[in-house]
Amino acid sequence: MKKLSLIPVLLVGILLIYASKDFPEWGDPSSPASKSPLSSHFIANTGVDTEVPNMVTAVLGDYRGFDTMFETVVVFIAGMAVLAILKNSDNKKSGKREFEVDAEPDIIVTNTVRLLVPVIQIFAFYVLAHGHVSPGGGFQGGVLMGASFILVALSWDLDTALARFPLGRCTIVAGAGIILYGGIGLLSMFLGGEFLDYAELANVFPVSREMARYYAILGVEIGVGLTVTAIMFSLYANLSTEGRLKGGL
Amino acid sequence: MGLEIFNTFILLMLVVVALVSLRVKDLLTASVVFGVYSFLMCLLWAEMGAVDVAFTEATVGAGISTVVMIATIFNLKRKSSD
Amino acid sequence: MFEGGGIINELFIERLNYLIYVVLLLIGLHAMIAKNNLIKKLIGMSIFQTAIILFYVSVGVKEGATIPIYLPEHDPHGSHASHSDGNETEQSNHGPVVLDAELVKGYSNPLPHVLMLTAIVVGVATLGLALALCLRIYQGYGTIEEDEILAKIEKQEMRSNPSDVLKSADSSKQATSRSAKSVSKPKVSSPRSSKRSKASPKTKAKATSPTTKAKTSGTKPVSPKRKAAASKSTTTGSKKSPAKPKTAASKSTTKAKPKPRAKPKAKPTARAKAKSTAKKATASKPKPRTPKK
Repeated sequence: MKKLSLIPVLLVGILLIYASKDFPEWGDPSSPASKSPLSSHFIANTGVDTEVPNMVTAVLGDYRGFDTMFETVVVFIAGMAVLAILKNSDNKKSGKREFEVDAEPDIIVTNTVRLLVPVIQIFAFYVLAHGHVSPGGGFQGGVLMGASFILVALSWDLDTALARFPLGRCTIVAGAGIILYGGIGLLSMFLGGEFLDYAELANVFPVSREMARYYAILGVEIGVGLTVTAIMFSLYANLSTEGRLKGGL
Repeated sequence: MGLEIFNTFILLMLVVVALVSLRVKDLLTASVVFGVYSFLMCLLWAEMGAVDVAFTEATVGAGISTVVMIATIFNLKRKSSD
Repeated sequence: MFEGGGIINELFIERLNYLIYVVLLLIGLHAMIAKNNLIKKLIGMSIFQTAIILFYVSVGVKEGATIPIYLPEHDPHGSHASHSDGNETEQSNHGPVVLDAELVKGYSNPLPHVLMLTAIVVGVATLGLALALCLRIYQGYGTIEEDEILAKIEKQEMRSNPSDVLKSADSSKQATSRSAKSVSKPKVSSPRSSKRSKASPKTKAKATSPTTKAKTSGTKPVSPKRKAAASKSTTTGSKKSPAKPKTAASKSTTKAKPKPRAKPKAKPTARAKAKSTAKKATASKPKPRTPKK
């Protein structure tokens, strides 16, 4: 079995290495991927179209906004699927885990985390809001925010974290993120543009069309951040307790 | 030139770490080593100029996915047969 | 065009990124195919995924280019700050301008980064989903080793139609040869599964379908206790409806677990029956009985 599986693997490997001689040179500025009019357009026009210095954020939130929206929906669906799979699963064997940890929360750890969590959360907001001018954005900020709740759950226990962010609220927040994203898209549609054509928002907000896109990208990133925060935390909460939401790591 | 050596070093380390994380029989070790793999990947991407991807990988790959994996293994058997 | 040192230079110096991407992809693919543990398969899947991301990012790299964030002189909002440079005369007048082709070459390609950024986040969401499925599989089968799960599924299928004696006898014979083959090949799992059947004889006896019992009783001396257990299992097998064998199996297991008297009974038969029942025995046995060590 193990030897047999090497055959397709090596076949694929030979094909890929044979194909790799047709790959562009390393770092070639005129490789097909870099030469394509699309990415050249993104690099050249992002500043004019959206006034966002970080091209990745602009492409993520504006040019490919539809893609990002459904990526967020995929994250949401994955989180809901985890909930559904583990919701009423077999919980009888609750006491039979290989390692059972029932120590009191350590005082040094909890006090360190008490100092650390606000910093992490402020950093998450910073990353979210500064995604326009520096690396970052909704995904990273959301993950950091979710990680702060996971840190609380790790250092105290899951109940403490769930008291601050109950799982029902997790679902609502995750849905609210997608609704915010889709709502911005729909709003721009009702204002006369296409779906996710943020420039039309300038009709109702006192900003230029470019800055309307700038702020709409921020709103979209907030929506992404909300969804990712909630889903990351609910992933951890469900997986560490097999859906029981008690005890846990 | 220094950057190329750095690049080469990380690329070779990636292969080693990937193999280690798949060879280890203890799943907890495997997932922690996989976190190391993710972080090396993050360094490589930062070096290649993909800062956003590197940031995402640092938070997601080395952070959340390792934690989630460990949380799952906590509920499973820790030993693996291969 | 690859002769002599050409291919070495081509592959190992200039395109090391591509080579390593292929190697990582193969490592991940091999782990997904050949690894027995589901978590290991998931780690392989993640390695596969990062290998593809590495490829995409490698394609987007430009020699001597900076990261895809505008430098201050091109920054639509930073242009006022770097006003004193003087080389961007239009900018100080009209704000942002479309960059020309030379300047475009100075930034690496943002498009692969965007695609891969979302791929990473979706990747962790799907990894969480897969881990949830692993947990569920572990709750249902008591193991996350692929061969043991397959054996249990096979056994459940055999139990689902106990009335059809002849046919299931045939299939059990086939299953015996197949399982013997598949068990003896991986070195680790074979002694363990036999040991496991020894450790949980009661559940095995219960789980054994009447057809196997008849077969083994012909070849091996069966202790009366074991026969009784087997007949009990026959009754339960006939009593329960074939439509839902799984719930019945799990119920009988939980009932059987605490009884300690099961130990001596299966000793003589365990070795001989390891072939036919090693796979079956694991099916009805939930996780706590870890016989390794």
